[in-house]
Amino acid sequence: MIRAVSFTLNGKPTQVTVDDARMLLWVLRYDLGLTGTKYGCGEGLCGACTVIVDKEAVRSCSTPVKDVAGKQVLSIEGLSRNGQLHALQQAFLKVNAFQCGYCTAGMIMNAYALLLRKPRPTRAEIVQAMDDNLCRCGSHTRILEAIETAAAASPGGAR
Amino acid sequence: MNGVFHLSRRNFIVSLAGSGLVVLFRADPLLSFQEPERISPRPSYPTDFNAYLRIGADGRTTCFVGKVELGQGSKTALAQLCAEELDVAYDTVDMVMGDTELCPWDMGTFGSLTVRQFGPVLRAAVAEARAVLLQLASEKLQVPVDRLSVKDGIVTDSRNRGASVTYAQLVQGKRIERHLEKVPVKAVSNYTVVGKSVARKDALEKVTGKARYAADMGVPGTLHARIVRPPAHGAKLRDVDTSGAEKIAGARVVRDGDLVAVLHERPDVADQALALVKAQFDVPAAAVNDTTIFDHLVKAAPESRVIAESGNLQEGVKLAASVFDGTYLNSYVSHATVETHSAVAKIEDGKVTVWVSTQAPFIVKTQVAEGAGFPPANVRVITPYVGAGFGGKTGARQAVEAARLAKIVGKPVQVVWDRKEEFFYDTFRPAAVVKIQSGLTSAGKICLWDYKVYCAGDREAKQFYDVPNQRTVSSGGWQGQQPPGLHPFGVGPWRAPSVNTNTFARESHIDVMAAEAGVDPVEFRVSNLSDQRMLRVLKAATDRFGWAPKRAPSGRGLGVACAIYLGTYVATCAEVAVDRATGRVQVKRVVLAQDEGVIVNPEGSRQQIEGGITMGLGYALTEEVRFKDGEVLNRNFDTYEIPRFSWLPKIETVLIENPGVPASGCGEPPIVCMGAVIANAIFDAVGVRFVQLPMTPARIKAALRA
Repeated sequence: MIRAVSFTLNGKPTQVTVDDARMLLWVLRYDLGLTGTKYGCGEGLCGACTVIVDKEAVRSCSTPVKDVAGKQVLSIEGLSRNGQLHALQQAFLKVNAFQCGYCTAGMIMNAYALLLRKPRPTRAEIVQAMDDNLCRCGSHTRILEAIETAAAASPGGAR
Repeated sequence: MNGVFHLSRRNFIVSLAGSGLVVLFRADPLLSFQEPERISPRPSYPTDFNAYLRIGADGRTTCFVGKVELGQGSKTALAQLCAEELDVAYDTVDMVMGDTELCPWDMGTFGSLTVRQFGPVLRAAVAEARAVLLQLASEKLQVPVDRLSVKDGIVTDSRNRGASVTYAQLVQGKRIERHLEKVPVKAVSNYTVVGKSVARKDALEKVTGKARYAADMGVPGTLHARIVRPPAHGAKLRDVDTSGAEKIAGARVVRDGDLVAVLHERPDVADQALALVKAQFDVPAAAVNDTTIFDHLVKAAPESRVIAESGNLQEGVKLAASVFDGTYLNSYVSHATVETHSAVAKIEDGKVTVWVSTQAPFIVKTQVAEGAGFPPANVRVITPYVGAGFGGKTGARQAVEAARLAKIVGKPVQVVWDRKEEFFYDTFRPAAVVKIQSGLTSAGKICLWDYKVYCAGDREAKQFYDVPNQRTVSSGGWQGQQPPGLHPFGVGPWRAPSVNTNTFARESHIDVMAAEAGVDPVEFRVSNLSDQRMLRVLKAATDRFGWAPKRAPSGRGLGVACAIYLGTYVATCAEVAVDRATGRVQVKRVVLAQDEGVIVNPEGSRQQIEGGITMGLGYALTEEVRFKDGEVLNRNFDTYEIPRFSWLPKIETVLIENPGVPASGCGEPPIVCMGAVIANAIFDAVGVRFVQLPMTPARIKAALRA
């Protein structure tokens, strides 16, 4: 059904008038022009499209936009504040936790949700939380290191 | 390449005036960047350094290359080479890559050739530019060239520090029309940028989501196309009913021969419209599947060629105290990059611009020209960041589709394959068979090696152990269909083409002999090797690993494997644990030593090695394309399992300093040992030899039960 759907996106009130069954991924990318969130598999199997909805990591390729009505949505574009990179972005940059970069936004957003609920995760907890986010270049070791670095750098974890 | 003196129209005029060396600056360098007369009719690297380099009035250097950034760090490594030869700061070098209009021709980014093969071309061009700049500075400062020194783009008189001039002042944003012959490149011992780990050029964009890939171009007015696909390769479209799709508001339906597509300004609506298309195909009868393929390949493989031969095989048999026969198999493997094939085509004034996820923009240019009916001069291919390739993005069917559709509908068209299309049209690493007969003397020396590889290709098939009587034969390759019908779908290069197969077979078979001889696998290798570089790299790996000699199977789960990949030497040690109940293998630790000659960027090399090891776990343990004739049964990541965080071993990298040898590739070599080193470690753990990749839990469980 085509209707107006309102939510908060990266801190700003946002309204789109679209088919409310349209997946959030397509709304972000093609209705709102935010292309940092990526399509990878379309079935929630790879995690490239991960965004945060009300503090939880969700797969935007399988989340109809009507499900985020009235909620807080955070995408990679909203992570840095006042020109300051988020601790996770700084850590990914510092340890080169990416190669092709295509899965990176999803990795960072998924890790963001992890640090929200668990500011000081163990290595095993990080592995478990990240296991359904796929990376083909094999940056896994560095991604784990980056998440640990970010957790250590943020007193009390991520904001 | 420095031996060519160019006579463009304008410097020809000046030459007539009697000057041997021509100096001429031309305004508007970007527009006249690559004049048509400088482009060779047969593609080759331009010899004019202006094709690679522009020094701006702001002091920044822009380096133009036909290579692309796939994640392997080429943007960073090439900027390092450019900064090094020019003596400018790395931070002041900007890269423009993979744009067929702005960048000099290049055949494509694959084969770990960027540094090994293109590196010298770029260095020579930049070295010539630097020498010309020094001449210009010498004239400006009235100081002989040999008194000048350069740092950070500032040329200074070494006897009078006050006398200096910058490259930017010398060039003033214009084109340099002077050329010199036979300018030497900088000696490795004088390197200050190359060999250092520098910040990646693509880092900030990639962690902020600003890095743009082909699907992110946001060209106004773009229609998203979804294309009717056959259920199997070889299927022919018999009948199609698009009336349902036509009823969707805003949808356009295109039929152009076998190309049937629905287009809409939103991809999800195009998807809905596609679901309403009723297409019927004639599907050819089943012939092969993922089990019968190996017999088929051996029977259908083309005529074989002898790659290497020395001594006499019959003599080898006579010398042998024991003879070993082995057959090694590997399945088709997908590239499975997280970014699927993507393209956007936009036509203006008869000229098409296509943004494409590709490893080979100049090949795509030709494909689009031929496939969509444009004169090559009217095709521009732009390669933004590419979400990895590994050999799977050398052709670009999706770019041709986008251009064809854009031409028909008169609007920009985006084609982004979904995951199912990605698996269907992937050009897989070919399934392959290797048959080996070898022999060992009573003294434990390899005296016979008769090696035949089917359908993997002959790259690095040749033996590097010392064997007096040997022959290497190859039949078929990894490039396309040879002959037609050999494979039920497309095959092509996959990270380190042919070498994963050849290394799995060779290094497994070496271990078979070591075990039979009752000798530790490392000692066995050392006693059959005289290649000093290989011995050094093997020692580096086993020293770091803390290898304690013991004959296999020792129950410890340790394995070793070595390889040479186009001049790069690799040795890998691994430790595994095998769960006998589930058949699951956990690789616990991998140590990899690599000698790649001059190391351009140690941090970049380590990333490539970690990536190769991690990716290699997949083809060793799970990755296998399932198919029934031309129907690909894998449609998403639920049935095609690629490595995950929980699979990760502890990875240790040893980079061997070898500055006396030119830089060879580093992106592909680290993956090639992974099949063999894990197979060897599994044998050491449980005493069962696996000769088929991948070594899935089901195969392991079945073998342990038997």
